[in-house]
Amino acid sequence: MDLTAINPVLLVASLMVAATPLLLAAIGELVVEKSGVLNLGVEGMMIVGAICGFAMAVESGSPMLGFAAAAAGGALLSLLFALLTQVALANQVASGLALTLFGLGLSALLGQGYVGVKPPPSPRLDLPGLSDLPVVGPILFGHDPILYLGVVLTACVWVMLKFTRAGLILRAVGESHDAAHALGYPVVRIRILAIMFGGACAGLGGAYISLIRVPQWTEGMTAGIGWIALALVVFASWKPWRALLGAYLFGGVTVMQLNLQAAGVAIPVEYLAMSPYLVTILVLVILSADRSGAPAALGRIFHASN
Amino acid sequence: MTDILLSLSGLTKAYPGVVANDDVSFDIGTGEVHALLGENGAGKSTLVKMIYGLVKPDSGEMTLRGRSYAPAEPRAARADGIAMVFQHFSLFDALNVGENIALGMEQPPRMRDLADRIRAVSETYGLPLDPFRVVGDLSAGERQRVEIVRCLLQDPKLLIMDEPTSVLTPQEVDILFATLRKLRADGTSILYISHKLEEIRRLCDTATILRLGRKVGTCVPRDTTARDMAEMMVGSSLKTPQRAGRDLGPVALELQGFSAAAPSAFGTALKKVEFRVHAGELLGIGGVAGNGQDELLAVLSGEIRGTEGSLRLKGADIGGLGPRARRAAGLLTAPEERLGHAAAPNMSLTENAMLTGAVRERLETRGFLKWGAARAFATRIIAGFDVRTPGPDNAARSLSGGNLQKFVIGREVLQRPEVLVVNQPTWGVDAAAAAAIRQALLDLAAGGAAVVVISQDLDELMEICDRFGALNEGRLSPTRAVGDLSVEEIGLMMGGAHGMEVADV
Repeated sequence: MDLTAINPVLLVASLMVAATPLLLAAIGELVVEKSGVLNLGVEGMMIVGAICGFAMAVESGSPMLGFAAAAAGGALLSLLFALLTQVALANQVASGLALTLFGLGLSALLGQGYVGVKPPPSPRLDLPGLSDLPVVGPILFGHDPILYLGVVLTACVWVMLKFTRAGLILRAVGESHDAAHALGYPVVRIRILAIMFGGACAGLGGAYISLIRVPQWTEGMTAGIGWIALALVVFASWKPWRALLGAYLFGGVTVMQLNLQAAGVAIPVEYLAMSPYLVTILVLVILSADRSGAPAALGRIFHASN
Repeated sequence: MTDILLSLSGLTKAYPGVVANDDVSFDIGTGEVHALLGENGAGKSTLVKMIYGLVKPDSGEMTLRGRSYAPAEPRAARADGIAMVFQHFSLFDALNVGENIALGMEQPPRMRDLADRIRAVSETYGLPLDPFRVVGDLSAGERQRVEIVRCLLQDPKLLIMDEPTSVLTPQEVDILFATLRKLRADGTSILYISHKLEEIRRLCDTATILRLGRKVGTCVPRDTTARDMAEMMVGSSLKTPQRAGRDLGPVALELQGFSAAAPSAFGTALKKVEFRVHAGELLGIGGVAGNGQDELLAVLSGEIRGTEGSLRLKGADIGGLGPRARRAAGLLTAPEERLGHAAAPNMSLTENAMLTGAVRERLETRGFLKWGAARAFATRIIAGFDVRTPGPDNAARSLSGGNLQKFVIGREVLQRPEVLVVNQPTWGVDAAAAAAIRQALLDLAAGGAAVVVISQDLDELMEICDRFGALNEGRLSPTRAVGDLSVEEIGLMMGGAHGMEVADV
């Protein structure tokens, strides 16, 4: 066992990479749930985003075009969910589960020609001087643009929800759609937009896995990150910064346990492998003890009949 | 009559199977308080929604200050100076007062400026409010203030109020009326919907009466008796509940110093609640919603289990028994929430009759259900209490609130209870049905049963009850004979003046 082989700087830098798909998906779902919609299809939208982004990046040679396609793909799939739940008034839980199953199947179909292909490498931030700084350089200034986008998005969502009128209206719709409707706010339109934002974020998160984290395509490669994102939103009490904290924690423990495995620590691999899930949920359960509640209208079907 | 602000002519709105409004026309003058009266289902809400732009009329037109007025959405109505305070509050519990008010405005100022304006307006009209409190923590009266202030900030020309006093204490009603009179003096018109006739007589200048979607009359409430207005609403002469003289029997139900922790985060803890009610007596328990009414009902029904000796039914200790055993012993209850608590919405009336009637009506043997008997029981309830429904196989959800309420009360009354406890027996029920329910409760008491009526409708309690007590923050005031009480004393009891000198007779 050789713990000195673990480089703390690289560890922090790679935990941010490991956390980003989860963070993106969670932030998107957070906005969706704040509007009062429970979309359980995050996993499906992520995997569809992963293959859309992968295919576009390979075909065009541009990873950024790939990410754009991933966001579009995720949003398009979420639009299906929006139509089912907001227009056809279908049950949100069942529709979300169906969306995940559909997404997994669709992505396997789309990805048939891409197994074993290598995607173009993504550019990294390279600020002369700053990126070469010891410790700080690799942690803060040596990443790809999407990672920064994840953090910026978290900040934007926080500002939007807390300080802007648009955020207030979104929260109001999630709190009581009947009251919001009575005041004349277009509940269905707001929710569809929120759902599409969530789909785009999940798609980006999926593409981050297939283009940067594990640059290749394999079926089912999101491996449950979408479900962790759903749990993260709940345990983060619907607060963006807590979602970021949870995502980084999860990423950190994931990277840590991989390093520990590599270093040959005498703990069975199975325990190490389950540790990210355990630690993340444990910490967030303790954090969420302040009982800031779920949006009151979460998962309830709105119909403007009365 | 002053000049006309809003004129409605020939407004008609039909929904599949029902004409909600049929050729309704009337005028609202500037600075006038105009009452809109009618039973449930008379079309008041639809009419108001058309004025507020939530519903588009099929035909007919509206004229606002001489110009054609056809709001496409509430936003347009608000822009034209029309504001509305809703019957069921349209507030967001998790947001604070300022945020709630900002949501109702087109161009809200910044939160700090808005907070100042809220304070200014609320002081001017005697409705103090703290802009930064979370609405979920406010009392019903305070929540209504939020709605009213939200409207006032937009400087409305016409303020629509849908059943504003149903959740207020008498003192709060006085404050509200003072505010409305001040508004009228400032030239604001008010369209006031209510079925509390005495309030309309105190406040309103003109009343328009709707029945089954049609306008059936106009009157000046001050010059018309409440009874005449009620008869115009109902379309036939109204039976006032008859109170038969009766002798009180022995103590039927006795609750002794009962305390219970709040069952949920938004519940109320009961603190040393005690009362006794005699056979043949109607005990009324008043109080503003959320002061322990639901919890008290749960304690009596057995949903909150008591300790041995805390509750006695005709001397026998039933404190440790559960709901079924209590029903078997003769203590029946009808909770407030019709859909979901008193009745299962998606089950048929027969099944609902089975749910509480099984024990006393012997609708089951050894765990097997007797559908024939249950159906006959449901049919008996429907016939006996004039429940308007195609038959006992219809789902409880399909009944209107008033009809379902008649069914729920009838179901308990027909089981010949020794003691019946009802919570809000006439909530949201129109005048004729309410009178029928009250009469049934009186008849039950006359037949020797003890009845406990928990209600927020003070007029109702004063009309039918022999004794009165009030719940405040989980405490029950000592009960007193209704005949000796003045409105001020009732208000004090509801407000929780525990130190008040008690003349228990």
